[in-house]
Amino acid sequence: MRGHRVIDLVVGVFVITAVFVLFLLAFEASSIHDGGASGRYLVRADFDDIGSLMVKAPVRIAGVKIGEVVGVQLDNRTFKAHVTLALEDAHNTIPQDSAAGIMTEGLLGSKYIALSPGFSESYLHSGSIIETTHSAIILENLIGKFLFNGG
Amino acid sequence: MLDNIRYIGHHTLSFIERIGMACCFLLKMTIRVPRKWWHWYTIIEQIYFLGVLSLVIILISGGFIGMVVALQGFHTLSDFGAQSELSRLIALSVFRELGPVVTALLFAGRAGSALTAEVGLMKTDNQLTSMEVMAVDPLSYVGFPRLIAGIIVVPLLTILFSATAIYAGYWVSVAWLGIDGGTFLSVMKSGVDFHDDVMQGIIKSIIFGLVIVYIAIYQGFYTQQSASGLGRAATKTVVFSSIAILGLDFLLTAFMLGA
Repeated sequence: MRGHRVIDLVVGVFVITAVFVLFLLAFEASSIHDGGASGRYLVRADFDDIGSLMVKAPVRIAGVKIGEVVGVQLDNRTFKAHVTLALEDAHNTIPQDSAAGIMTEGLLGSKYIALSPGFSESYLHSGSIIETTHSAIILENLIGKFLFNGG
Repeated sequence: MLDNIRYIGHHTLSFIERIGMACCFLLKMTIRVPRKWWHWYTIIEQIYFLGVLSLVIILISGGFIGMVVALQGFHTLSDFGAQSELSRLIALSVFRELGPVVTALLFAGRAGSALTAEVGLMKTDNQLTSMEVMAVDPLSYVGFPRLIAGIIVVPLLTILFSATAIYAGYWVSVAWLGIDGGTFLSVMKSGVDFHDDVMQGIIKSIIFGLVIVYIAIYQGFYTQQSASGLGRAATKTVVFSSIAILGLDFLLTAFMLGA
């Protein structure tokens, strides 16, 4: 099998390059999120209207991502939207009376949830409910209101 | 009348028989693990023939595809003033669809047809029969290493294809279309998820590799023993594997996005 040494070398270079490029893609071209619920805790927030908020939308405080939306359901009695948020364990000192609002990235961008911290001494923990919520601002409603009031 | 019905019945039966034969063939090929170490060594040789020798066409195509997606995407996105999202468009379409599918199609044309011709010639020359006479199992000596090599090589080629496409897309966007290089990279990094997007493409490419090499070897093993039969077998390999790749791609995407 001595005649194959060049082939061995070339194949080795090929495989190593491809694996190296995979790592490059993993760390430079994409972000690795830990998929499971490990290291995160779930809180709930009820909104009157969530607009086009979807599962996997980011949750931010001061623009920094601290978690994501993991579930959107309709409450069949109150007809509010139950939104389940998964927040990272590293951020476990968010005051209980924080407010959640649905914001839009840019004028036409996707929706995200912005938490504005309150002043309470007790913190949000797994299973707690965010009481103060601000619905999504829907452009059509806003225009309608403007026309109605202005006209 | 009776003859027509008999005709339909005959063709249905032979169709079912062929499907059964093809399934048994795949099963046999995966079961017959070679016992001698130099049979395993042929895997490396096959990685060279199937993978390294396909690199040129894969890298060049990757480069052009990255560039054309950048140009097309820019023209559509600039209508919405969303040019900054161009890198996400390039990266997602390359990682999820274009990378695995185009690599597999090129691989079927470059390596699949060559594989069928090689194995088919062995069959036509009665080399496969003489192996059996010498108590060497042609499936484990010829089939198995090529199948494993295909499964290893196609994902590696897909990775290199995707990387080249993104680099070429970066080059066109930054040097030509005037998008900021930092924005390009950061938008791509925040928009692409490794598990959902990159791995999805790689899983697809593993399945494509298996399917292409399987079809190629099957066509080679069941070639009609003539010059025109060999040509027909090579054509069939390319046609069947292209259809299989595109059909499977739809099914896999539906399955992965649904789950």
